Amino acid sequence: MLSSSQWRRTAEAICIPIGALIFSLILFGLFCAAAGANPFAVYAAIHKAAFGSWSAFQDTLIRAAPLMLTSLCTALPAQLGLVIIGNEGALVIGGVAAIAAGLAVAGSAPTMVVQSVMAIAGLVAGGVWIGTVGALRHYRAVNETISSLLMNYIAIALLNHLVGGPMRDPSSLNKPSSYPIPEIDKLGMLPFTRVHYGLLYGIIACVIAYFLIQRTTFGFAARTAGGNVKAARIAGLPVGKLTIAICFLAGSCAGLAGMVEVAAVHGRANESLNANYGYAGILVAFIARYNPIAASIVAVLLGGILASGGILQRRLGLPDATVYVFQGLVFLVVLYSESLYGRFAVFKERDSAPMASSAIVE
Amino acid sequence: MSIRRSLYLPRRQVIRGLLGTAAFGISSRLWAGCSSNQSPSASTPDSPGASPAGDKELVMGFIYVGAKDDFGWNQSHAEGKEGVSKLAGVKTVEQANVPETTEVQEAMRSMIEQEGATVLFPTSFGYFDPHIVKMAKDYPNVQFFHCGALWKEGLPNNIGSYFGDVDEAQYVAGRIAAQTSKTGKLGFVAAKPINPVLRNINGFMLGARSVKPEITMRVIFTGDWSLPVKEAEATNSLADQGIDVVGMHVDSPKVVIETAQKRGIFTSGFHTVQSSLAPQLYLTGTAWDWTSVYSNYAEMIKAGKTLMNGGIPHLIRGSLKEKFVKLAPYGAAVADATKKDADDTIAKFSSGDLAVYKGAIESNNGQVKIPSGTAFKITDPSLDKIDWLADGVVGSAT
Repeated sequence: MLSSSQWRRTAEAICIPIGALIFSLILFGLFCAAAGANPFAVYAAIHKAAFGSWSAFQDTLIRAAPLMLTSLCTALPAQLGLVIIGNEGALVIGGVAAIAAGLAVAGSAPTMVVQSVMAIAGLVAGGVWIGTVGALRHYRAVNETISSLLMNYIAIALLNHLVGGPMRDPSSLNKPSSYPIPEIDKLGMLPFTRVHYGLLYGIIACVIAYFLIQRTTFGFAARTAGGNVKAARIAGLPVGKLTIAICFLAGSCAGLAGMVEVAAVHGRANESLNANYGYAGILVAFIARYNPIAASIVAVLLGGILASGGILQRRLGLPDATVYVFQGLVFLVVLYSESLYGRFAVFKERDSAPMASSAIVE
Repeated sequence: MSIRRSLYLPRRQVIRGLLGTAAFGISSRLWAGCSSNQSPSASTPDSPGASPAGDKELVMGFIYVGAKDDFGWNQSHAEGKEGVSKLAGVKTVEQANVPETTEVQEAMRSMIEQEGATVLFPTSFGYFDPHIVKMAKDYPNVQFFHCGALWKEGLPNNIGSYFGDVDEAQYVAGRIAAQTSKTGKLGFVAAKPINPVLRNINGFMLGARSVKPEITMRVIFTGDWSLPVKEAEATNSLADQGIDVVGMHVDSPKVVIETAQKRGIFTSGFHTVQSSLAPQLYLTGTAWDWTSVYSNYAEMIKAGKTLMNGGIPHLIRGSLKEKFVKLAPYGAAVADATKKDADDTIAKFSSGDLAVYKGAIESNNGQVKIPSGTAFKITDPSLDKIDWLADGVVGSAT
């Protein structure tokens, strides 16, 4: 009986978001029709640009890679009931720390060491950044959503200050940037693709996060504290340590995304780090209902949506904001669909009470 | 009970159904993948650059970092794209709002592979390194033209740079501003204290001082290319200080011009012709003339010239004379004598009788930057090293 209710709930958690996606596709089709484009041509174009060929699918994966990591920055603290939206800031700080550490050891150490040092620097810096938010929450009762949002601006200002001042490469005249790391120390591509290693890191991080939350005592304690802080305190759980630890892990995921941007894409730190991957990550975490595994799938889906932005402009002559309209529609519909949980009879364990009694009778 | 049973979906069937769907989905993706699989570098569309074919349609791709109706940098390029698309045998594709990340690489790749573009104009400064450099290596038969004087020996042969020098046009605009100003105080809203912006400011200041040697200009750096709120605050603050002409160098001058219009002070625009935003108070402005630049490139390519065969130089720069920049039509507030003076100044620049950077020029902290008797041509690369503000500017370049 128990396992039966379990799969129905899983089916509900899968079907409702998919239904919401289909509904938002229909809405988007209406929008495109109003904008003067044939909706079916739009769907075909989106499919072609996002999943239509191996080359197009790689485009999708490239876009998905940073989103997987940044989505965890919202998904993990959500287990504790914290709404953290400091993904962008943690990514930026992770990137800055990674380039600083990378430049410090580059040239005197082998590639593997340079990359490891960069990764660790990114992880720690991002972790400390969001860990601070968690500490402020626990010790000073500062609202974590607002503080993490404001810390994004601090992080971006810090980035601009550092690459425009102390870390600036004097040859980067018009676009202030840090010194570049040597070409040899850059992160490579996954074999047979043009997708960088960030995708692999993202998938690994999502899987680890899933096991951490669902299959360990630590995760169980976190979920308990998220369910009811008072009960958790009475049960003797170290809520403060849990909060800071989870926030640290969340921030380090986004920090790693920043390191990947620096080490695999730009090779240096500059304002391009601040490319809204963090904010898109929040969206991914919400749609995935804070489930890390689902987040990796949703990231690919959102990557596909973003990948189709170009073809909508080039082939169908739609405005450049069209793809964001689509993204916004998906977001809203998925948020509204939250209210549908428990409303459909199909997903209800309808038989549990009568069948249990009948079992006794039999 | 039996009715309930018939509604009840056995768990096994559901799992089987889900697995079946998943398998179908995965395998259908594989078929699609196989049918149109292309290795990215092996099968680039054959380039007319390699085999000059005037009859074949030339596909030019344009990429902008922001919206193409921003009254600024991106709109100026979009206007250039519209202009060149009117030429016979030229097809253009464009994509706006492409950030300076892997996204621009993917945009370039799609334009080449899906649209068959053989000439690309990625127009944002930050697209160059590493994005264009990387794509140019992947697609050696496609020509990449980047806006900014960044091409250097040693970079891939299929990259070209082009840029317009605005100093002369800003000098003329500065003269107009100085002659129109009643308070003798000018203002300037700028993004970052980097070379092209400093040259823009200096050109404006030197022009203004060539009319009124005592005039001053307060400059406010907002810190980034697009910060509408700060730009409006800066404009208001300048107006509060009794400044009556505001110039600007930000990505989208719309906010500055509209705020100045509300405050009733004059503006001198930048990037595009913005007369429609403030018909009474817009004096003039330096506008890019990319239509002429892009048409020039299209003609050269159609004549069989390429970057690779040496027919097209790797770096093309120009100013008023070369039609890289132009002045926006003079506004209603500009006196007839001032208009004539402006036209005369343009003529002097074109004939080479006048130079913006002719010594002695002091920076605003009293150092002689260009000694007396020295004059630089506007295209001189040493001007790209200017990191100071000219005398008369109130503000700091650091």
